Amino acid sequence: MSDVQAPNADVQRFLERLSERNASRAESQGPEPTWIAARRQAGAARFEAMGFPHRRVEAWKYTDVRAIARGDFALTDDASFSPATAAALTLPLEAHRLTFVDGVFSAALSQLDELPKGVALLPLSQALAENHEAVGGPLGRLTGVEFSPFSALNTAFMEEGAVLRLAPGTVVDKPIVVQFLSRANEAPVMSHPRILVEAGARSEATVIEHHVGEQQAANFTNLVEEILLERGAILTHYKLQEAALSDLHVASIHVEQGRDSRFTSFNLNLGGGLVRNDLITELNGQGAEAVFNGLFYGQGRQHVDNHTLANHNAPHTTSNENYKGILDDRAHGVFNGKVVVKRDSQKIEGYQSNANLLLSDRAEIDAKPELEIYADDVKCSHGTTTGQLDAEAVYALRTRGIDEQTARGLLTLAFAGEVLEQVGLDAIAERVERAVAGKLPERFNLAGLVETAAALDDTAGE
Amino acid sequence: MMLEVKDLHVTVEGQKILKGLSLTVNAGEVHAIMGPNGAGKSTLSAVIAGKEGYEVTQGSITFKGQDVLEMEVEERAQAGLLLGFQYPVEIPGVKNIYLLKAALNAQRAARGEGEIPAPEFMKLVKEKIAFMKMDSSFLQRAVNEGFSGGEKKRNEILQMLVLQPKLAMLDEIDSGLDIDAMRVVAEGINSLRSADRGILLVTHYQRLLDFVVPDRVHVLVDGRIAKSGDAELAKELEARGYDWVVEESAA
Repeated sequence: MSDVQAPNADVQRFLERLSERNASRAESQGPEPTWIAARRQAGAARFEAMGFPHRRVEAWKYTDVRAIARGDFALTDDASFSPATAAALTLPLEAHRLTFVDGVFSAALSQLDELPKGVALLPLSQALAENHEAVGGPLGRLTGVEFSPFSALNTAFMEEGAVLRLAPGTVVDKPIVVQFLSRANEAPVMSHPRILVEAGARSEATVIEHHVGEQQAANFTNLVEEILLERGAILTHYKLQEAALSDLHVASIHVEQGRDSRFTSFNLNLGGGLVRNDLITELNGQGAEAVFNGLFYGQGRQHVDNHTLANHNAPHTTSNENYKGILDDRAHGVFNGKVVVKRDSQKIEGYQSNANLLLSDRAEIDAKPELEIYADDVKCSHGTTTGQLDAEAVYALRTRGIDEQTARGLLTLAFAGEVLEQVGLDAIAERVERAVAGKLPERFNLAGLVETAAALDDTAGE
Repeated sequence: MMLEVKDLHVTVEGQKILKGLSLTVNAGEVHAIMGPNGAGKSTLSAVIAGKEGYEVTQGSITFKGQDVLEMEVEERAQAGLLLGFQYPVEIPGVKNIYLLKAALNAQRAARGEGEIPAPEFMKLVKEKIAFMKMDSSFLQRAVNEGFSGGEKKRNEILQMLVLQPKLAMLDEIDSGLDIDAMRVVAEGINSLRSADRGILLVTHYQRLLDFVVPDRVHVLVDGRIAKSGDAELAKELEARGYDWVVEESAA
C-alpha cells in the first residue's frame, strides 16, 4: 500500500459517495434551491482541498482519524428501528422528542404533538420544504466550511437534522430531546446531521442531544450544531454520548451569545470508539455567561477528544469550565480548553479547570489549557491535574472493611460525582452515575449503592 | 481472650515508638489507654488497624486467635477490628450512605452472608443516625467533607453503631468535643458496651472517662505500659498528672 496515494484515495471515496447521493437526490426530488447546491459544492471543494486532518495539524495532534478516513460508509434512507430497543434506549423523560436513525428522521419514534406556543421543533428536511430561505440565513453562519474538513464534509452532505426555534419570551418546561440512534448495520453507514437552535430574546429551554444505539453499531456520525441565543435567552444543553464502542463520532457545537444570555453545557461522554467534540461559544454581548461542564469516561481503546473554546468578544462576559476525565485500560483522552479575551473585553471572568484520573498504566491523557488575553482588566484562571486516587482516602475506606477495588470504585464514582452534582435533570444524573458505576473495573456492584441513595432521596420527605 | 498484644515493638521512620507493649482485652471489657503526649498511644491503635508506615520489629498481635499482622487492612475490619480516627479523613464525593452500605456488605460477605436488603439497611441507618442526634441529610453528604470537628467524631461513632465491631478502638475520640457532643458520643460508646464486645479507648484526658467508665486503665509511658489499674487510676491521673508515673517507671 502506498502511503502517498492513500489519503487522496480516501477523500475520493467520500466524494464518490457524494456524487452518487447528489445524482439520486436530483432524480427523486428534482433540483435543490441554488444556495444549497452552491454550499454543497463549496463544502466538497473545501474538503477535497484539505483532505482528512492529519496529526501534524495542531488541532488534531492527538487524534488519529484514519478509522474514519479509511472507512467505506454508505448513506441510508431507512429509519426503521425496533420499537422495543428504542424504548429501552430512550431517556425516561417527559419530553418533546425528535428521533433520527442513522441520520434519517423517524416520525414513529418522535414526539412532536403538544408543542407549546412559540416553539417550532421540526426535522431540517421539513423546515427546508416549508421555507428554505428562512433556514438558509442562519444555517452555516457560525460553522462554515472552513472550520474543519469535517464541517466541510458535513456541508457537502447535509440533508437532515433538527431545527428548533423559540419565539421571544417562550419558556419551554419539558426538555427537548434530539435523539440519534445508531443501528448495527451489515455495512457501516454515515450521517451528517445538522442541528440549528434559534432562541429568541428571554426564551428558556433545555435541549438534550442524545447519541445511543445498538451494541454492535459501527457507524460514522458527523454532526454540526449551531446555537444562536438572543438577548437574555437561557439554554441548557446536554450532550449525552452513549453510542456503541465501535461508533465513530465527530461533532461541533458553535454557540453565539447575545447580551445577558446564558448557555450551560453538559458534555457527558461515555460511549463511542472515536469521539471528537468541538464546543465553541462566542460571548458577543455584555453580561453573557457560558458554563461548560464535562465528564468523559474512556475504557478499552476508546478515544475521546474534547476541544473547547470561549471567545470573550465583549466586556463583562463570563465563562466557567469544569471538565473531568476518567480513563481506564488503553483509553486515550484529550482535553484542550481555550479562553480568548479580545482587546477591549475588559472586566471579563474566565475560569477553567480540568482534572483527570487514570485508572490504568496504559491509559493516556493529553491535557492542554490555553489562555490568550489581549485585555488588561480581567479575572482568569486555569489549571489541569492528572493523577491517581488519594491514597489516604483509599486507606480510610479499607479500614471500614471495604476492599481496595471497591474503595477505588467508590472514589472514582465520587470524582465523576463532582460534575454530576451540577446536573439538574435527575434522570440524566442517575443514568450517568449508574453507567460510571457499571463501567468501573472489577465487577463490584456499585450500582446497588446508587439505587440506595436514590431510594433515600425518595423517602427523605417522610 | 479477644485481643492479645505481646511485647510489641514498633518503629516509625527509623524511630522506636513502642518498646515492648503488652496488653490483653477480653470480650465485655472497656480499656482506656492514657499517657502523656508522644508516649505512643495513637501508634498502638494505628498498628492494630494496619496503617502504613509502621514497622513491627518484634512481638505479636492476635485477635480471636488470628495473627492480625498477617491480615490486610480490610480483613481486619471485616473480622470486627474497627478504628475510630482522631482525625477522620475527608473523602470528597463519597456519600456517607455509600460508605456505610459498602462496609456493612463487605463485612457480611466475609461472613458468607448476602447483601443486606435495602429496607432493612434503611431502617438500621435511620435508627442509628437518630441515636447520634445527626440529621439524616448527613447520609447524602460526602464522608466528613465540610463537617465540623464534632460532626466528624459523631460520624465515626455512627459507623461503629452500624458496623457493630467486635473490638471498637477509639483514638482520642473526645478531642475537640464540646460538652453536648461529648455526651452524645459517650452515649454512643456506652450503647456499644456488651458482653461479646471489647472497647479500647485511647485518650489523653480523663474527661471522657467520666461518661464511659472503663474496666481497666493503662498508662503508656515511653512505648510501654507503665501502670495499670481500674477507673480510679484515671481519676488519680487527672488529679496528679502523668509525671509521677513517668518517674515511677524510670525508677
